[in-house]
Amino acid sequence: MAQKVLMKGNEAMAEAAMRAGCRHFFGYPITPQTEVAAYMAKMMPKVGGTYLQAESEVAAINMVYGASAAGARVMTSSSSPGISLKSEGISYMAGADLPGVIINVQRGGPGLGGIQPSQADYWQATKATGHGDFQIVVFAPSTVQEMADYAFEAFDVADRYRVPVMILADGMLGQMMEPVVLPEAIDPADLPAKPWATCGHGHARPHNVANSLYLTAAALEDLNRERYERYGAIKAAEQRAECYRTEDADIVLVAFGGAARVARSAVNAARERGIKAGLVRPITLWPFPEDTLAEALDHAKAALVVEMNMGQMVEDVRLVANGTVPVEFYGRTGGVIPAPEEVLAAVEALSGKVGE
Amino acid sequence: MKVVYERPHALLPVVTNYCPGCPHGIVERLVAETMDELDIEGETIGVAPVGCSVMAYDFFGCDMIEAAHGRAPAVATGVKRVHPDKIVFAYQGDGDLASIGMAETIHAATRGENIVVIFINNAIYGMTGGQMAPTSLPNQVTQTSPYGRDVATAGNPIRVSELLATLDGPAYIERVCVDSPKNVRKAKKAIKKAFQNQVDGVGYSFVEVISTCPTNWGMTPQAAFEWMRENMLPYYPLGVYRDVVADGFANAAEAASARNAACPIAHPEKKGEN
Repeated sequence: MAQKVLMKGNEAMAEAAMRAGCRHFFGYPITPQTEVAAYMAKMMPKVGGTYLQAESEVAAINMVYGASAAGARVMTSSSSPGISLKSEGISYMAGADLPGVIINVQRGGPGLGGIQPSQADYWQATKATGHGDFQIVVFAPSTVQEMADYAFEAFDVADRYRVPVMILADGMLGQMMEPVVLPEAIDPADLPAKPWATCGHGHARPHNVANSLYLTAAALEDLNRERYERYGAIKAAEQRAECYRTEDADIVLVAFGGAARVARSAVNAARERGIKAGLVRPITLWPFPEDTLAEALDHAKAALVVEMNMGQMVEDVRLVANGTVPVEFYGRTGGVIPAPEEVLAAVEALSGKVGE
Repeated sequence: MKVVYERPHALLPVVTNYCPGCPHGIVERLVAETMDELDIEGETIGVAPVGCSVMAYDFFGCDMIEAAHGRAPAVATGVKRVHPDKIVFAYQGDGDLASIGMAETIHAATRGENIVVIFINNAIYGMTGGQMAPTSLPNQVTQTSPYGRDVATAGNPIRVSELLATLDGPAYIERVCVDSPKNVRKAKKAIKKAFQNQVDGVGYSFVEVISTCPTNWGMTPQAAFEWMRENMLPYYPLGVYRDVVADGFANAAEAASARNAACPIAHPEKKGEN
């Protein structure tokens, strides 16, 4: 049985990535993801890996692009403004079908914003990480244990579907310490070969090309359609969500990441007051866990979406609810973390509105 | 019959997208000949830019990666860090390398990545139809400097080889051109030396090729070369701007170490001496 250790969320993600066989990390300093890079800088040389502090987030993601094309398990991490800079490279990775893991330890925005925890990059992560028709898989951990688990699993998912995968954390999760059982380490040498990698053909095969340029419209359309078939397979197989006390819930809270921890407390407090509240916690933000949420909403009277932003995921919840139940929103933004009492008050108000 | 001239193996038998008279074909051939002669095609990964040579990934026989505009040195860095024993080169034009990708260019150079960068400088954006480039000359007329490049508002051209030569990272920097058989042979020698440097672990090697753009300059290929000799070569003098081996060092790291010899923290091995 693996040992429990006390770790910071940022460090747990870094350690789990290394245990997943990641030996190449390209980053650029930004708060509040600092410990991810610092951990990599400390640990990578000890295992013969690469920690490289790039000249910019733009350069870092393009190093990831190159290392991924070369066949490696590779990661970068940043926080909100840095992810905007990485969006170019993420789009090119998607267009060239290159796997890779991108961590976003979110802070408040827009612009330089602040350095306090936020979830204001939900839209960016799930709808428009860069230009063009593409999606990336987005994991939203809500504990340090999950940060380790999904940072580890992200590499498998990325390789399986040849897509970029994002871990969408926030400054609260990144900075908090919790006990964690780390995943068993994989030896990178044991990972399956990538026949598509651009690593020198050795005159044993035709040359491989990693590319996202297709000047013939029909060819590009075909390629995008093929990619969306793969996205369909991801939607079918990779939706993850956790349900908490939703079996008989009248009011279904929907929250992810750090906000879900607060929402969970509010659910318990509401139950103590006789309100049948429950929580659906999307773990994958894309693919959005439509099936689980639809099931929970099926017998509910209303949904309350709780986010640390001005209301972004609420749109996806409304799409799933499709008018069957009212979907309301409670959020704090700019780096403010909602208190359980505030969320409870919103639950009580909604409960009063939809009646018994 | 004796074969005296043939397509290099590392150059695929495909039709390129280059205009008649474009020097890209000459330079790409030189790169391919080099891969053949050093027998490294199977171990080489090339990185294509955005610009006229964007589709170089279809022309070279080695494994190829198409990079975002200006990012080829970062992409090449990623590849080289994964496969330090493989040969990695970036092939870039002036807009790609010296404008949008200047940060990537300078930092790959100063890190001393053991890669080759081939820089085609024809003082114009060719693929998009002839806009002003970071290397367009003063008073040069382009689509976006229709009254000539006014350095008072559009700034001065960048001499990239000279700029990179201020850094400690590079092992070898040479500026060449391909306007005559003699100069083509010189360019070939430079390109081959750059790749040999990488094979030998000497370090970052950069070959700038002063080139032309007959189409967007609105000249015949011959007139374009003449214009290049008249106007570009005085601004961008040919020659070797760095060669650590010629300077007596084994590699770029040794040369850099000698250059910063007076800095104590850079030389912990000297502690306790004097």
